[in-house]
Amino acid sequence: MNSLSDQLLHRIRDAHKRRQLTWWERTYLPAIAQGLWVTSTHFWRNLFLHIAHRVGLFRNLPASVTVQYPDQMRLTASRLRTRHRLTKRADGTPRCVGCMMCETVCPARCIYIVAAEHPDPNIEKFPKSFDIDLGKCVYCGYCVEACPEDAIRMDTQRHDIAAYSRDGMWLDIKELLNPGSRPFPITPEKFVQLTLEEFKTLPQTPPPPPPGGGTAPSA
Amino acid sequence: MLIDLAIKLGVCALVLGGVLNFAGMQTWLERKQSALMQDRIGANRAYFTVPWWLGGAPVNWVLRKLGGLGILNALADVLKLLTKEDFIPAQGDKFLHTLAPGLAVFFALMAFVAIPIGPTIHLFGRDIPLQVANVNAGLLFVLALASIGIYGVILAGMVSGNNLATIGGLRAASQMLAYEIALGVSLIGAVIWYGSLDLQIIVERQGHLFWGWLPAWGVFVQPLACLIFMTAALAETKRVPFDLPEGEPEIIGYFTEYSGMKFGLFFLTDFVEIVLVSALTTTLFFGGWQVPYLSPDGFHWPWAHGAIMLVSHLAYVGLGLLSFTVKVVAFIWFFMLIRWTLPRFRYDQLMHLGWKVLFPLSLANLAVTSVMVVIARAGGS
Repeated sequence: MNSLSDQLLHRIRDAHKRRQLTWWERTYLPAIAQGLWVTSTHFWRNLFLHIAHRVGLFRNLPASVTVQYPDQMRLTASRLRTRHRLTKRADGTPRCVGCMMCETVCPARCIYIVAAEHPDPNIEKFPKSFDIDLGKCVYCGYCVEACPEDAIRMDTQRHDIAAYSRDGMWLDIKELLNPGSRPFPITPEKFVQLTLEEFKTLPQTPPPPPPGGGTAPSA
Repeated sequence: MLIDLAIKLGVCALVLGGVLNFAGMQTWLERKQSALMQDRIGANRAYFTVPWWLGGAPVNWVLRKLGGLGILNALADVLKLLTKEDFIPAQGDKFLHTLAPGLAVFFALMAFVAIPIGPTIHLFGRDIPLQVANVNAGLLFVLALASIGIYGVILAGMVSGNNLATIGGLRAASQMLAYEIALGVSLIGAVIWYGSLDLQIIVERQGHLFWGWLPAWGVFVQPLACLIFMTAALAETKRVPFDLPEGEPEIIGYFTEYSGMKFGLFFLTDFVEIVLVSALTTTLFFGGWQVPYLSPDGFHWPWAHGAIMLVSHLAYVGLGLLSFTVKVVAFIWFFMLIRWTLPRFRYDQLMHLGWKVLFPLSLANLAVTSVMVVIARAGGS
């Protein structure tokens, strides 16, 4: 009964009930004047505010909704899923125990893990290599939910992912442990395997900004 | 003789330089005004730096500020247009294809010669009119050149060898024809009232006052004609809401097959036409270079009971020039405001407005004005 065609039929049937425009309204002059009033008030208000901002006044009133990317990053929602990272233990080795849960749950099959025996008997395994192909990733976040060790997170606040080739979209374990350690145009090696000692000697990058932060990444 | 020539050239340079600068700065105005109207920031990234031997840091500081205001984008535009490949389609006519943008911009610029930009200067025993050519049928001259300007557009559409460009050219032709008539007839009422086709005389007659305080500007005498003229003139500039010859989402327009500076000339023509329309509206309906209450000897304030605030002759001329410029800039702003506020007409709505609304209205305005003028003359004699 409430199908779209019924609604359309009603609309056609009730067309004559629409309010007739008065003669003055049919000239469209009042509507045009109204529109010009709206746009011109925005113009003068923003012109005034832009000038006032230059001399440091009315800073709390924004004059535009523009975000000056990349000088200024957009405020992200606190639960936004951004690029992945692997969390680290205090000594710089990955928290990951190589249980393969994320690789198994991944619907896009973009995670590749090679696990190895960990010398510490309390820790099951560690990943020799841990690769994510961002070109395949669908950002579903299942890997984060599946992880029993809080070893993978999607909170780097990086969403400006770009590369010159498909191979450039590859994240190896070095970049996953220390986001931002790889300069942009360099195409990463695939399936890099590291030992526990090598993890400790990697160049460490600071932890990502808190969720919702709107600061530019330091160059 | 030589001095006369030099003076004439000087006035020419003043008018041409003013018009081209206004037209060029409109690219900046268009970007920034639309940005402010839509709560954006607008162009603010184009800038360049100069090496130390050209001034270095202080010059770069200024350039950076100008770039932040978006002014250097105009330079970047020109640089890009000049260095782009000049493409002529294989089916196109090479000569006419090159001629069309030149025609368009030439006639748009020519129309300015009849527009008085200020009062006559009396200096060193000479009378220097601030008008390039004192054409005694100046209004007809301007309208004629505005009509001829359409040839460039039609030619561009026809010789491009592109169907969409041809449609654009034909649309431009029918649109300009429809609105030219309303434009002309709406002005006849004003011409009857002022009793002259000479634009300088029309401006001078707007210097009187009604009831001692209201300037006798055309907009107060002929408000309907002013509205019709501004609407029709906006249609003549072929910009939104009357941009059917371009119609970017449907046909790209008569300049589809143009690139580089030839396209730039069409763009420039649009902007020159806006300056022309603003200057004409100012001249015919808003007192031209007249400043309210300012006579050649000084200000006659309506509240001063005959007392005069004396003003020297050069200050009088300067105020006149300033008044004209301010009014033209205000109208450019206003037309830009309309362009960024109203959506585009449908083609049948456009024709409806032109033929069935503006044309009869302008005829009615003409009839009423004629009767009024006859009654006024009969009463006066």
